Amino acid sequence: MSVILNGGEISRALRRISHEILEKNHGPENLLLLGIPTRGAYLSRRIASAISEIEKTELESGTLDITMYRDDLRLKAPRTLLPTSIPGGSIDGKDVVLIDDVFYSGRTIRAALDSLNELGRPKSVQLAVLIDRGHRELPIRADFVGKNIPTAKEESVRVHLSEIDPLDEVIIEGRTK
Amino acid sequence: MKHLLSISDLTKDEAIEILDTASELARLSEGAVKKFPTLRGRTVVNLFFEDSTRTRISFEAAAKRLSADVINFAAKGSSVSKGESLKDTALTLQAMGADAVVIRHGASGAAHQLAKQEWMKGVVINAGDGTHEHPTQALLDAFTIRRHLKSNQGDLSGVKVGIIGDILHSRVARSNILLLKKLGAEVVLIAPPTLIPVGVSDWQVGVSYSLDDQIKSLDVVMALRVQKERMNDLYFATEREYARGYGLNSERMRQMKDKAIVMHPGPMNRGLEISAESADSHRSVIVEQVANGVSVRMAALYLLLGGATFKELANSGESL
Repeated sequence: MSVILNGGEISRALRRISHEILEKNHGPENLLLLGIPTRGAYLSRRIASAISEIEKTELESGTLDITMYRDDLRLKAPRTLLPTSIPGGSIDGKDVVLIDDVFYSGRTIRAALDSLNELGRPKSVQLAVLIDRGHRELPIRADFVGKNIPTAKEESVRVHLSEIDPLDEVIIEGRTK
Repeated sequence: MKHLLSISDLTKDEAIEILDTASELARLSEGAVKKFPTLRGRTVVNLFFEDSTRTRISFEAAAKRLSADVINFAAKGSSVSKGESLKDTALTLQAMGADAVVIRHGASGAAHQLAKQEWMKGVVINAGDGTHEHPTQALLDAFTIRRHLKSNQGDLSGVKVGIIGDILHSRVARSNILLLKKLGAEVVLIAPPTLIPVGVSDWQVGVSYSLDDQIKSLDVVMALRVQKERMNDLYFATEREYARGYGLNSERMRQMKDKAIVMHPGPMNRGLEISAESADSHRSVIVEQVANGVSVRMAALYLLLGGATFKELANSGESL
């Protein structure tokens, strides 16, 4: 097990992502941040508060549960549903930024896109992730990345956030050397 | 959880998980999402040997909102009226590839029989068997109570529920008693002595023969239907006498606690166990019970069918 990002590095990465989101979208006015539970939701909240601070405004963040849209439902025992909440109640015409902790096969994001499709028609959908570990199985890419980490498939990357874990850190497990 | 046959098969945590899942689904359904792709390709058969309006429609709506294919099978007009046995009906459904069977049957234990005999591989959900159980009704009642009295969270501790009327024949009462007690509520049965089953002392619930004694202390007043079709013997002298002693009316409603709610599993006999004013009052959550029934049944179908089924998991060797 080794630590790839510590608390300070995580917060600096999130700050940079917040600035990049603002730059690309020309300000926070039409933004809708949606975190994918569990840890994506906390990251989304942190990015929203960073943006609020930078822009001296009040940007809320929502959550988007994708459980019902997963393509691997049939492979595992049923999962508990997690909350979905859309600030303002609608995604129509918004610049939606999906936020997740680890970007891996791309299947989670595919499910999230399906779920958004049911909820309405956003103006655009972008993706922000804290860690991109590669091994995509679908043609999906991230717009904002905290850190790219080349990994082997046997390894697992875990993001720990102080909201539910003892402290902020990103670790990698199962590395052979 | 492989089947949903009886409330007694559920742990408290499983029961709360069903309620939590239902509340999330209810919240999503109130918003933009009317349909989920989750059960696409699964077939749900509604096998109804007894008449039912709301339970069957509710299961049908729940399955359709999860994109399952639904086959409705009513015993009237089917081969059952030609004398086909439950076993042969089950084998037929198996051959048609039913992933889940929702069964309503006049004989107590029919759902259990269907599940345990291995006639078919699918999931069995009990939608009412004789005078035994009706688990999804109990779950939707608990869901409704929790929503009104416990801010839609956790268990039902501290809630006092009065179940009034035909306890003897009521599968709704039986499932409700099991579930309400499992969730920590206090239950008191209120009925004439003839409609209280023998052996009620083992159920660890309060029993009272007087609604007027109890009404001031109840948080939930749950009236049961007087099942005229099962009233072969004289359980009470006349309907008017029953209504006078046990019917819910405006006079009794005035004595209820401020936040207390009125429930009824339907169909109602207006003027018998519940007066029209009571059924239509602002305290009545009877119509809401029907809406909640769809959410609770979606939750049950999702949790039983949404993931890998028991058999698929056994084949893949993955731990449960």
